[in-house]
Formats: sequence, structure tokens, C-alpha cells
Amino acid sequence: MLNPIESLGAYALRQVFSAGRLGLFFIYTIRGIVMPPAKFWPTLKQIQFIGTKSFVVVGFTAAFTGMVLGLQGYHTLAKFGSEGLLGSAVGLSLVRELGPVLTALMVTGRAGSAMAAEIGIMRIEEQIDALECMAIDPFSYLITPRLIASIICLPLLIAFCDLIGILGGYVIGVGLLGVNQGAFWDGLTSSVDWSDLSMGFVKSFCFSVIIVCVCTYKGFYAGVDEGSFGPEQVGRATTDAVVISSIAVLIGDYVITSIML
Amino acid sequence: MTTENIIEIRGLNSFYNTSQVLFDISFAIPRHQVSVIMGVSGCGKTTILRHLTGLKKTGAGQIIVDGGQDLGTFSETMLMQYRRRIGVLFQGGALFNSLSLAENIATPLKVHTKLADETIRIMGVMKLNMVGLDEFCDYMPSQLSGGMKKRAGLARALIMAPEILFVDEPSSGLDPITAAGLDRLIVELREAYGMTVLVVTHELESAFKIADRIVVMDKGKVMTAGSPEEIRNDKDPRVRQFLSREADPQIQAESFYERLLGGTAT
Repeated sequence: MLNPIESLGAYALRQVFSAGRLGLFFIYTIRGIVMPPAKFWPTLKQIQFIGTKSFVVVGFTAAFTGMVLGLQGYHTLAKFGSEGLLGSAVGLSLVRELGPVLTALMVTGRAGSAMAAEIGIMRIEEQIDALECMAIDPFSYLITPRLIASIICLPLLIAFCDLIGILGGYVIGVGLLGVNQGAFWDGLTSSVDWSDLSMGFVKSFCFSVIIVCVCTYKGFYAGVDEGSFGPEQVGRATTDAVVISSIAVLIGDYVITSIML
Repeated sequence: MTTENIIEIRGLNSFYNTSQVLFDISFAIPRHQVSVIMGVSGCGKTTILRHLTGLKKTGAGQIIVDGGQDLGTFSETMLMQYRRRIGVLFQGGALFNSLSLAENIATPLKVHTKLADETIRIMGVMKLNMVGLDEFCDYMPSQLSGGMKKRAGLARALIMAPEILFVDEPSSGLDPITAAGLDRLIVELREAYGMTVLVVTHELESAFKIADRIVVMDKGKVMTAGSPEEIRNDKDPRVRQFLSREADPQIQAESFYERLLGGTAT
């Protein structure tokens, strides 16, 4: 009779336990910055993995998003006779919101899922146990380089996304739809100021932490709670990582925007 | 004063969630000898290994290291120091997939020592030579067979010259010839380096060939312990049944079919 209550209680306990474990995970990762091994080369390798390899995907996303913005923005502004404001509209939308969020979502899908899978496979093949038995802190060895690399890469990718997106909006707005070139650039430069850019930077920092922590956490503890270690656990960890990371990015986006606006 | 037993387990009880897998385990691992924990799959021998390497927290019971402190009460620093003295060979080798063989073996050296890269490379090649894999230095783990992965894992476990070597199921997934080669290597380690080796296995033949001391386990309890001769001559009917059951699958087959067809339970 008490079974539903018991399972609800057990569920609540599990969630609290998970949250605490995630907090500890984050602290150990930060602590890993000052622990051996040296971080330079592993971080560089991760910068290549997260940053360089996400370039093309982010570029495509940015280009087509910018072009759609140009299209939609033009037709909406035309109703009020304000086509000249297209530069401001495209610029502000990208720099404040779409640049950070879309880049974060693309990086989650590409690098985040790969991180979760890679670390998940290490877990099921006892490689993380092997690290611990060699007296090597697994957080310092595996997670910290990824966190540092992500914090370095994401702002750069977002800036790249903003740039390509604005160019895409320009090509469609000015090139295709006939918006005045001067009005476009003037609108852009006068509306987008440092407070918008700093919002983008704050978001990039927070998103990079969210993406790495959630995805590597899911991979790190793949199968640990169930006690069975196989491909199914890795698959589930990877899917959960991408879903939870994406949702956390969107929630974080709202929180940061409401604080900073 | 160094004790005769490098590790002593006293009254170890272990649980996975609420189910108990080890019941009051007590035995000693003597220095400079090959000890074998033997038992069928699921009897809890790998769990003991996880306790001895600190991967599973010891709750009820004690694991006394070097006649000193209980491993379950080790601080993080002490655990790290203990792990610098041990080497562990996991069942699948547990090689890092993104690194070549040479890089895998160099990992402990790179992290714990300040040796030059060239020195590390030479040490790596020497260890790979010892396990017969020196030609495969630059291969990735995915390009190797199961036996080769295990041998590489052994080379990595030995690179820091550990005092104690823990081996989890050395012959699992190997053909008899490669398994025999690994057994021979383990005995050579004891003879050449005076290493203390603890092997967990379910292979009877292998155990009797390499062990100086055998602990037989069944369903989470220690059935008996002693030298190979003592075990072979043990008059206890359970021990005799255990030893003969392993070697004679005929008896198992009939009772298995009976159970399968819903007949009398055996």
C-alpha cells in the first residue's frame, strides 16, 4: 500500500544524491587545475576537439540563421516601414541571444555528445578505475582539460557565429531585399554596444561550464548507479547528456538574460 | 619491521545496495608469493579485488596493509601513496583507447615522474619487450587482439615497479597457449622481482600451476585456504565436490536438463 510513496521517496533521494554528486564533480574538476598531470597539451588537444572541429557546424548554423533573420526581419519591419532598422534587429538578436544559444546547442550536439560517449566508454571498460589505481586523479586527467578548453573555445565560437550570422543577414537584407547598405551598418553599430557583447560573454562562460559538466558527468557515471556496464548505459548517458545539457542551456539563457537586461 | 603478510583481511563484509556479496572474509596475503583467489563466477572474488585496490569503500571489516592501518580508514593522500605501490591488471586490459600502446604505458611515468621523454620511451619499450609486444609500440588498442591488450595492460601495471600486482581473471577470453604464457610471466615476476602477486581466477588448472597459496571461495564465503597440495589433499567433501565439479561438466549437464524440463531440483 505504501509502495507509491516509497518509490517517490526513493526517487527524491536519488535526485538529491545525484545533485550532490554533480556538485562534488564540479569541485573536483576545479581542484584538478592545481593537481598533476600538466594541463597544457591535453587542453590544447581538447581545444582542437571542441573548437576546431565545431567550426564548420557553427559556421553553417550561423550563416543560415543570419539569412533567415534577414528575411523574417525585413518582412516584419516592412509592415512598420522600418526596413532600415534591419541591421539593428539582426545584430541585437544574434549578439544577445541567438549567437550564444545556437552555438551552445550545436557544440552540445557535436562535442558534448562525443565527450559523454568517450568518457562513458572509458567507464564501462574500467579505464577510469585503471586511472584511479595508478594514483592518477581522473577528474584532473580527464575533465579539467575539457573544461578549460571549453571556456576558451566557446566565446571564440560565439563571436564567429555572430560574425557569420550578421554577414548572412547582410547578404539577404542588402543584397537580396534592397535594404540601404549604410542604414544596415549604421543601425548595427549604433544599437549593439558593450552591454550586449558582455551579455554574450557571460553566457558563453556559463554555457561552457554547463555543457562540459553535464556531458562529462553523465559519461563519468554511466552505469555506476545500476551496477551494469555496457553499451546500453553509454547510449543512455550520451542521450541524457545532450538533452539535459540543452535544456540547462536554455534555462540558463533565460536566467542570465533576466538578470543582465 | 616488515610483517610476513603484506595485506591481511579481517572479517570483511560487502554489500551491493542491500544484497550481501561477501560474508566475513578473513585471509592473509603473504609477501613475495603468488596468491590465488579461486571460485566460480559471481562468488565475490572481483569484489575483494575492488576492496583491496580501494575502488570499493570498506564498510564492515578491516584490510590491514603492512601490519599498519586499515585501508578503509585511509585518507586520500594515503590511498594515493598505497596505489603508487600497486599495479592492477584489469580483465579487459583497460587500455586508454585514444593513446597508442607506448603512450598508454608511459602514462604513469608522465604523471608521477619528471623523467625525460626519451627515458620514458626506453622504459616503455623495455616493458613491452618483457611481455613480447615491442613491435607494437605505436599500435592503437583497437588494432590489437584481446590477448595482446591484456599483455599491454600488464606492461602498464608493471611500469612503476609495484610491490604488489593484482590480476583480475588473467585467462578470461584467451586461448590456452596465450593464457599459459601469461601464467608463466606471473611466476617469472615473482621469481625475478620478488613481487607479491594476487590473482583472481576461475580456472582451476591455472591456479594450481602458479599459486604458492590458494583461497577457495564459494558464494561470498571462504571455503578453504592453503598451499596447492593442501587444497588438493583436502578431505572436506565440499572442497572435493568443488574441485571435481569444475573438471567434470558431464554431471552438470544432466541435472541442468532436468531442471530445464521442470523435473526434480538437484
